[in-house]
Amino acid sequence: MSAATETPGHIASAMRTDAPPAIVLDKVNKWFGALHVLRDVDLQVATGERVVVCGPSGSGKSTMIRCINRLETHQEGRIIVDGIELTDDIRALDAIRREVGMVFQSFNLFPHLTVLENCTLAPIWVRRMPKKEAEELAMEYLTRVKIPEQARKYPGQLSGGQQQRVAIARALCMKPKIMLFDEPTSALDPEMIKEVLDTMVMLAATGMTMIVVTHEMGFARQVADRVVFMDQGEIVEVGTPERIFADPQTDRLKLFLSQILRGH
Amino acid sequence: MSDITASTGVGAGSPRRSAPITAIGPIAWLRANLFSGWLSTAVTLALGYLVMRAVLAFVDWAFVNAIWWVPVDARGIAQTQACRELQGAGACWAVVTEKHRFMLFGTYPYDEHWRPALVCVLFVALYIVSAMRRFWSWMLVPIWVGTLTVIGILMWGGVFGLPYVPQERWGGLPITLILATFGLAFAFPLSILVALGRRSNLPAIKVLCVLYVELIRGVPLISLLFMASVMFPLFLPEGMNIDKLLRAQIAITLFAGAYLAEVVRGGLQALPKGQYEAADAMGLSYWQKTGLIILPQALRMVIPPLVNTFIGFFKDTSLVLIIGIFDLLTAAKTAIVEPAWQGFGVEVYVFVGLIYLAFCFAMSKYSQGLEADLNRHRRR
Repeated sequence: MSAATETPGHIASAMRTDAPPAIVLDKVNKWFGALHVLRDVDLQVATGERVVVCGPSGSGKSTMIRCINRLETHQEGRIIVDGIELTDDIRALDAIRREVGMVFQSFNLFPHLTVLENCTLAPIWVRRMPKKEAEELAMEYLTRVKIPEQARKYPGQLSGGQQQRVAIARALCMKPKIMLFDEPTSALDPEMIKEVLDTMVMLAATGMTMIVVTHEMGFARQVADRVVFMDQGEIVEVGTPERIFADPQTDRLKLFLSQILRGH
Repeated sequence: MSDITASTGVGAGSPRRSAPITAIGPIAWLRANLFSGWLSTAVTLALGYLVMRAVLAFVDWAFVNAIWWVPVDARGIAQTQACRELQGAGACWAVVTEKHRFMLFGTYPYDEHWRPALVCVLFVALYIVSAMRRFWSWMLVPIWVGTLTVIGILMWGGVFGLPYVPQERWGGLPITLILATFGLAFAFPLSILVALGRRSNLPAIKVLCVLYVELIRGVPLISLLFMASVMFPLFLPEGMNIDKLLRAQIAITLFAGAYLAEVVRGGLQALPKGQYEAADAMGLSYWQKTGLIILPQALRMVIPPLVNTFIGFFKDTSLVLIIGIFDLLTAAKTAIVEPAWQGFGVEVYVFVGLIYLAFCFAMSKYSQGLEADLNRHRRR
């Protein structure tokens, strides 16, 4: 399974290392009941950086990125997004959620709204954008994900790959600074994975800050600046894709890679 | 893999044919469902005979042998001998012809009957306008407020040269429509708030909503009506009196609200968690999320049980008879207390039943259309 074959995005856009980090996770701990799902997670993501998070299921990778826009709350440590710390303060949370787009494994499009309405909802209600302007913006992004002709349809009438591309366009319509992808291709049939990955490669080329939880190692190799390997709630290894795939340091990563590669 | 390829190959190669005439159409349906064997043929014929007899007997009773009017003597007493001589072989619709105004409007002053009649027309018009989707906007609020104000003025009078009619003299169909319309119009929004409250993260609100639903639902409507009519005034300060109809109205609203809240909660729970998360992740506020994403989907899912409850409460308004309010059913019962008309209950109940049926059937039919229309997005 190979991803798209365009020029890697991170060469096209230089990372802004002088800017403050887009995301800081500082000794983050989280429990589900008695289960310790995130253990002292430390991670800094620079503005414009693309990070791929991988690891076996149950390793806490989804939980980690869901903490970044507070779909899950962490119990210890600090999370700072775009310079704002995540606390119980609702206004800080709203400010962060406006700047952070999220794409889910199960798309989570709103089935009672058309594709266009899905895309214009948040710009109109959260950004207070005039309806016409929001529709033009939505059509622009739908064109960019190559499905402008589906704008008047309902999500249920689209294929899985098309739905996920709509979900990406919907998130982009909020003009976020950061995009989170939670296993965006895991619920897709194999023949539809490529169209979604192509869209993400295209997005990476625009210099968007991205954290992507995925098992698509081809994608990681092509666009990631860094790969984070998680296991049992911990960050075990962090490095460039070349280093992670060619020279795994820990047995856990070696085991994981052997399992992943055998499957492909 | 190989057999799948093989079977598709065959399917693509053989020509498509339409189904044989004996397998589709009404004849095939009859054969499959009514005459598929000697036993089913026998059952079909036997039941067909019984149905025919019942229908013919009803037509005889309701139309052929029926008496539609009877003479009234000089003292205004109906001469019902002709009806009594039928001994049940035919319907005495004369009771409806003679008494329909009392059944429909109760003890409302006879000369002013045009007012409750107009009120019923206004109610039906209000339902029709509200049912049309092109009016689904903020326009409906002034339409409802305006119509209900006019209805209040018509029923009470006392202004614009209309004689004042105290609430005790209201009765019949307007009472049923007032109780049902106000009851459900207030109970529905209340139920949405309670259902949301029951799923709230705020413990005080949650406990309050759970208590409300469990307490109200755990008590029969009749006892709630008794409480509203007998006990509630005892707690009021001396000289203060709340209208009896209003008290019954509040009892019905609270009762319906508890039931509807559980229906709405069912819809809320059926929504996948991802819908809430997607709305949260976009930065929608709680009320935006609820109003734009959650309720539109949750309510569509529960249209059948919602309408079920609506229909149930439309008919349950007749329970106010136990606290002496003259709704449609009570007025009809009272109409045949008069000695001349005693014994013609069946005709009266058929008449009243048809009125209830008309309203409930309209609700049912409308909801089916609405359901199909609003769930268009589920079709492929």
